[in-house]
Amino acid sequence: MGWSMKIHEYQAKDLLAAEGAKIPAGIIANTPEEAVKAFDHLGGNPVVLKAQVHAGGRGKGRFKDSGKDFGGVKFITKREDIAPIADVMFKYPLVTLQTGAEGQKVSKILVQSAADISREIYLGMVLDRAEGMPIMMACADGGVDIEEVAQKHPEKLLKMAISPETGLLAYQARKMAFALGFTPEQVPQAEAIMMALSKVFLAQDASLAEINPLVVTPTGEVLALDAKITFDDNALFRHPQIEQLRDLSEENPSEVRAAKSGLSFVQMSGNIGCLVNGAGLAMSTMDIIKYHGGEPANFLDVGGGANKEQVTEAFRILLSDPNVKAVLVNIFGGIMKCDTIANAILAAYKEVGFHVPLVVRLEGTNVSEGKKILQESGLKIIAAEGLTDAAKKVVAAAK
Amino acid sequence: MSILIDKNTKVLCQGLGKAGTFHAIQCREYGTQVVGGVVPGKGGTTKEGFPIFNTVAEAVAKTGANATMIFVPPPGAADAIMEAADAGIKVIVAITEGIPVLDMSRAKRFLATKPNIRLIGPNCPGLITPGQCKIGIMPGYIHKPGTIGVISRSGTLTYEAVWQLTNLGLGQSTCVGIGGDPIIGTNQIDVLKMFQDDAGTEAILMMGEIGGTAEEEAAAYIQKHVTKPVAAFIAGQTAPPGKRMGHAGAIISGGTGSAQDKMAALRKAGILVAESPADLGITLQKALKNKK
Repeated sequence: MGWSMKIHEYQAKDLLAAEGAKIPAGIIANTPEEAVKAFDHLGGNPVVLKAQVHAGGRGKGRFKDSGKDFGGVKFITKREDIAPIADVMFKYPLVTLQTGAEGQKVSKILVQSAADISREIYLGMVLDRAEGMPIMMACADGGVDIEEVAQKHPEKLLKMAISPETGLLAYQARKMAFALGFTPEQVPQAEAIMMALSKVFLAQDASLAEINPLVVTPTGEVLALDAKITFDDNALFRHPQIEQLRDLSEENPSEVRAAKSGLSFVQMSGNIGCLVNGAGLAMSTMDIIKYHGGEPANFLDVGGGANKEQVTEAFRILLSDPNVKAVLVNIFGGIMKCDTIANAILAAYKEVGFHVPLVVRLEGTNVSEGKKILQESGLKIIAAEGLTDAAKKVVAAAK
Repeated sequence: MSILIDKNTKVLCQGLGKAGTFHAIQCREYGTQVVGGVVPGKGGTTKEGFPIFNTVAEAVAKTGANATMIFVPPPGAADAIMEAADAGIKVIVAITEGIPVLDMSRAKRFLATKPNIRLIGPNCPGLITPGQCKIGIMPGYIHKPGTIGVISRSGTLTYEAVWQLTNLGLGQSTCVGIGGDPIIGTNQIDVLKMFQDDAGTEAILMMGEIGGTAEEEAAAYIQKHVTKPVAAFIAGQTAPPGKRMGHAGAIISGGTGSAQDKMAALRKAGILVAESPADLGITLQKALKNKK
């Protein structure tokens, strides 16, 4: 599948809390009224309203067309302010650097007790591809963009390889906690949060887990103030309870639809639809379209053994994108024979009804049979010889 | 000459479902010595003429197999890799796509405790020494025996490259699909080293893709240690950051892994990089001519 599953902040915090991480008191609200109730339930003390969306950059984002100058994370002290602010959050889509211009609809708000902060720390766990192992990362400056730190100040990033068999060991956690400058009273608290992060990461097959920031309050309490977890799609088969946390409203509908049919699809913003077998060739097809002056509308890998149903569904998805002005099919028949794919194209073509030009490039096993089938079909298909010819023809057809 | 496999290689197939059986037959038809299959519980039977064994150890003892091709579904695939390693198989080719990455992390650490084991993949098309031995799912006929070593993270893009080479009259010594996952058994540098040491390989074509920093590391390695001509291509110049492009490992994240960075690193190391995927073969040809 072409995605890696994300969950919301409150879900991530619940998973960490279940393994012993201390988190601020918080209640989920689905309406402005529930937000007010949550405020009362939390004692009427200052709270933070946190819009639950998967995209990052919530605090700096703005609610589209709301005319309000606040983002998806809002500190509130007065009871009467809760409902109007929650109302804006539920009503208007939140636009951040990661959502795209249309923004993301908010359907849940986390009402969280505001914590006084005397220190912020970054803590994260990720798979290190070169090591072939998970690593825990930490930075004494929290609330930062960790990617920027890794690039500009790699010396500020503490790293610790974690054995997937044993998980984070107590001494490793202590070592890291002392290196981060926690006081002896705080170290056991920090250790507990690090242990929880490692346990959740390994037990639930996460691919990325972050607590950013991890904070120290003026009274010396150590808390996971914000959390984000992404899971390895390939391991979801053994975590049905994690799969249930999926929020389809956060995902591109075409990508969801494609995944259901076993297709790997990524939406792009161009006008040339692509249907290719194999991920590397699919990426290369997008590249060669761009190389010849066009813009791909998508990445689509139909896999090694695509059948007629899959190809038909792939065409439906491509043609449902109003931007698509032409489609390029690029198949290197290996195990998938070209005559099989040609028949699938014909069947799909007839069923879906093409309203844009279709360029087809076939190569590999049974290529002459495949070409003959397309030629004799009488359908308006533009045949191409080789990658360059295919790219040039589809770019011209899309103009 | 070739690397890793040749006409004397004896191959097992672990997992004889629909795909495994089909490809085991295809490999045998290509001329590969496929000596048997492993299906727990079906030992003592035969399938399509392949003797079936319950365990890899038993299969090795009875057939002398020294390579294996794994089609076991993702939940059991890492275990199948470790079983093969424990039975002393030297070349383990994991075709399976979709193995949980932590399973691979554990399997790779297990393999590190066994001497001289070579894992290719997972999530790869396999490898082939044209005219001698094919262990994988690639169409055999597009290949031609020769002296070009091919390294790739992808399946069909490798076929594209091989086809371009073959049409230019450039045959291949061995083609290795190292796989598209974040954790793989054999990386570009491992294969580069083997090709550099192989007398039968004259030049190397390396196809990379977005994600991770393996191509950057390979570029540095080539500059230092590879004297043979190298041409390269990186797929995913148009890929957006943060999105998996089909392969689990093909993702630009954390400011690393872009095609542009990789191409720049390769060029800086003096390697010819094809701009267009239509120019894989001629770029290699150019690299060969430059050397002469």
